[in-house]
Amino acid sequence: MRDQVLRLITGLAALVAGLLLLLILAELVRASWPALTGLPVKAWLFSGHWAPGDGQFGLGAMLASSLAVSVLALAIAAPAGILIGAWLHLSAPAWIAVPLRALQGVMAGIPSVVYGFWGLITLVPLVNQWAPPGAVLITAVLVLALMILPLSVLVTDAALHQVPARSLQAARALALSRWGTFRQVMWPTVRGSIASGVVLQFGRALGETLAVLMVAGNVIRWPGSLTEPVRTITANIALEMGYASGLHSQVLFLSGLILLLLVMACMLLVRGGLRG
Amino acid sequence: MNLTQRDWLFTVTGGLLVCLVLLPLVAMLFDLLRLGLPVLGWEFLLTAPSNAGRSGGIAPLLISTGWILLVCLSVAVPVGLGCAVFLNEWLLPESRLSRGIGLSLDVLSGVPSIIFGLFGYQVFAITLGLGFSILSGGLALACMVLPFIVRTSQQSLAAVPAGYRQAAQALSLSQTGMLWRVVLPTASPGIAAGVVLATGRALGETAVLIFTAGYVLRQPDSVLDSGRALAVHIYDLATNVTGGTSHGAATALVLLALILIATTSVRSGAGLWSRYMLEEKR
Repeated sequence: MRDQVLRLITGLAALVAGLLLLLILAELVRASWPALTGLPVKAWLFSGHWAPGDGQFGLGAMLASSLAVSVLALAIAAPAGILIGAWLHLSAPAWIAVPLRALQGVMAGIPSVVYGFWGLITLVPLVNQWAPPGAVLITAVLVLALMILPLSVLVTDAALHQVPARSLQAARALALSRWGTFRQVMWPTVRGSIASGVVLQFGRALGETLAVLMVAGNVIRWPGSLTEPVRTITANIALEMGYASGLHSQVLFLSGLILLLLVMACMLLVRGGLRG
Repeated sequence: MNLTQRDWLFTVTGGLLVCLVLLPLVAMLFDLLRLGLPVLGWEFLLTAPSNAGRSGGIAPLLISTGWILLVCLSVAVPVGLGCAVFLNEWLLPESRLSRGIGLSLDVLSGVPSIIFGLFGYQVFAITLGLGFSILSGGLALACMVLPFIVRTSQQSLAAVPAGYRQAAQALSLSQTGMLWRVVLPTASPGIAAGVVLATGRALGETAVLIFTAGYVLRQPDSVLDSGRALAVHIYDLATNVTGGTSHGAATALVLLALILIATTSVRSGAGLWSRYMLEEKR
């Protein structure tokens, strides 16, 4: 009897947890439905003209800015993270490797608002000296890269732990160099896990709000130069949701829906394709 | 370039890169301490903010943050643990339902926090009529941390040695008895680690809370009042309040310290419970 009750209760919990994602998706579709059906796709997806007061709801420039910031941040953080992860395994003595791993864990736990705060008080004035106003695309890229880097290191580190000891012994027996061991023996084994890590980090970068909002300058324009301010899709939601109403608010929900679908595509890619 | 040269290059490049990465981290700590330490003190923790946060302390924000966290964990932990128990004890790992829930949770764990903010605003604040309140904020946060709690709980339940279960079955314990007396105590340190992960993320979360728990600086009287969390305070001081930098830095230091304290205390607490439940009546 008690077992039946427990089974029912835990089953209910599992149902809630399992359906939450669909519920979020459904709620975003519902809240953005009037915009989705009322506005022509060309008007919101491809246009860069965002002026809610005049009925202009072009999300294109902000979507492009989100993609640009994320891709560039990843282009810095992923190679650096992989190299540091490999270095931790192959070259670093234990007295460096152990605390450094712990430090990466701590860095991954620092809230994004703290990264953004530091970016605002230190990095923005620094960048301002050669690219005024300082809160520009490259600043956002640097802060985001700094946030993603520990994840990249930790994923690489965890993946390298999976390499069978026998392969490493064989590599040593063949007198391969450290770099050779990494390139020839470890890399083919861990390529898949690292690739899925990179996709996950891309999803994370795309969805990052606060850190980017605080340092990117938030001017709506197509991303053309590293030294011009941009506004990402996430920052736009955070900045305008507070006072938006009617169609304006529906388009903000629509931008959230686009973001959710992009991130879901990343997650499904990792689950389905890359892991085999 | 011969082998040893390439190895040397790899070692040096890696080392330099690590230094390059540590540099901003050290700079961050230095800047926060430089700006925040002069403000930080008991006074700062125990008084209310004044002048939009430019002076005074953060006492009501600590209380709001605590309430939000309490709401979040008291929803997310039972639901998450319940889900993990159901997945682990009643479903076969390869069954379609189990894989479906697993996939849904995996995707959910990657959903950006601003989406939970939108969802929480729409569902809890508007549809359910809770408004900008600690309850809305805590519930939205609970949705965000749920997948982490399920995943870590599930892993620790699965790591309980099969022999323990067999012994419990041999003693003809009911499933409930086995769970409560054997499986959960054994798995509790792992479960607690998941809760810690969730607490750390919930404490630092801002985007979820801006449009659910709101901005109000006053001390909340009930969970239906709006309350500003520490992370939201840092954001507000940095972007909307000129001259709020030093108080922002001090708040950031408090937040980082809280995350560190939560991480260590919850873990040792769970260790105690596990020892108590397993050794109490032998």
